[in-house]
Amino acid sequence: MDEKKFRQNSRRELLKLTPVLALGAFAIPGLQEGLLKKGLGFSDWASARMFRPGHLATTFENSELTPFEKFPINGYDVDDPGIIFENWTLTVSGAVQKPGEYTLAQVRALPRYRQNTRHVCVEGWDVIGRFGGARLSDFLGLIGADPAARFVTVNCADDYYESLDMATAMHPQTLLCYEMYERPLTREHGAPLRLTIPTKIGYKQAKYLTDLKVSHVLDRVGYWEDQGYSWFYGL
Amino acid sequence: MSSSVIEIIEKKGTDEDPVAVGRAVYEHPLVVRLCHWINAVALFVMVGSGLQIFRAFPSFGAKIPQKDLLNWPKAFAIGGWLGGGLQWHLTFMWIYIATGAVYVAYQIFSGNYRQVLFTHRDVRGVWPMVRHYFFFGPKPPAREAYNALQKQAYTGAIVLGVLSVLTGLVVWKPIQFSWLGWMMGGFHYARIWHFAVMWAMLAFVLGHLVMVILHGWNNFVSMLTGWKKDPEY
Repeated sequence: MDEKKFRQNSRRELLKLTPVLALGAFAIPGLQEGLLKKGLGFSDWASARMFRPGHLATTFENSELTPFEKFPINGYDVDDPGIIFENWTLTVSGAVQKPGEYTLAQVRALPRYRQNTRHVCVEGWDVIGRFGGARLSDFLGLIGADPAARFVTVNCADDYYESLDMATAMHPQTLLCYEMYERPLTREHGAPLRLTIPTKIGYKQAKYLTDLKVSHVLDRVGYWEDQGYSWFYGL
Repeated sequence: MSSSVIEIIEKKGTDEDPVAVGRAVYEHPLVVRLCHWINAVALFVMVGSGLQIFRAFPSFGAKIPQKDLLNWPKAFAIGGWLGGGLQWHLTFMWIYIATGAVYVAYQIFSGNYRQVLFTHRDVRGVWPMVRHYFFFGPKPPAREAYNALQKQAYTGAIVLGVLSVLTGLVVWKPIQFSWLGWMMGGFHYARIWHFAVMWAMLAFVLGHLVMVILHGWNNFVSMLTGWKKDPEY
């Protein structure tokens, strides 16, 4: 081939690399946010597919527990929203047969499970705690949740809110937690009732529950999700 | 020699008697070049956003005692805050994985892996190259696109790429990939490995860039056009 043809050929080959420039879309301010949202959404979609409903989170020996007094308190707003325990009820609504107010005694009357599981924070640290409570799946049975429903949403006394996919809500280690280290949940850890979900990242495990809703569509996603965190974030 | 296409570049003297002015070898197929550049961008974003994520807990192990090991400057991080860093990381990891997977699959099925893969046949070429690069030894004659040390470096980079994905999977999903985590020594070790693999990858990139500069323009252009003009072999 002659020199001219070689140059032409080289130019043509160089132009074939133009698809690489598509990545530049991530540098355009108007497009960046939407693209990253799509990317995060794809990760959530893939996460939901990777989640195995019957696969249990690792459990630990008592000797491996983080001492209770060293278990971090990561309140997003206040360490104690001032719930008056005597008046507390969990308000159940949505796609359930028996909506209404549920007392802590009703939750405690369900079979109690205790598990030593790892609590992983989105920041990258983790601790191992001993949590006790009723299976959320048992509670969903108690309230007659529609088995075809897709989401469980909770609201909290500190204005926090979260939502779960039904597969995770039905997972045997997902607990409505009312005790830690075999003692009643303390205020700074979310008394009287919080979520413990060893298969999810920490911020999904809401404290100070006041409302629980079963639904087919998601109207409220979650406090941190609304700031830009992943919704599924399964471990 | 690899299966590359070799062309003689000619300048027209007369039609009957063209003058050869150089040779050119088609060294890098289009798929390889595309994967190389897209992956390079993805790696840049993965490192930057990864360091942003690391800033949220610049330590290893459990929460207690939380001692910051390294105060990584915000200027050398992508995403602005933890959530932003995670968005970039969880988006570009798919691009990083996809280009890596396409690259490996292409190399295997096209047979082009022979150009890159370090095998037992390359072992004896290592020492002469080390002597040349680091101890002013004579330059061993080039017989193919990559010398033994290059093959070692590129093969190592591919291994690091695979390890970065595997360690990252355990950090991201320690329960779904608990068996992988177990192989790495547990959740805490996976995070340490993930971090270490990043630095190893950065060391490769640094060496790679130095060598690209030392080897000059024709060599650099070959990763853009595929054609290397006046190869040494």
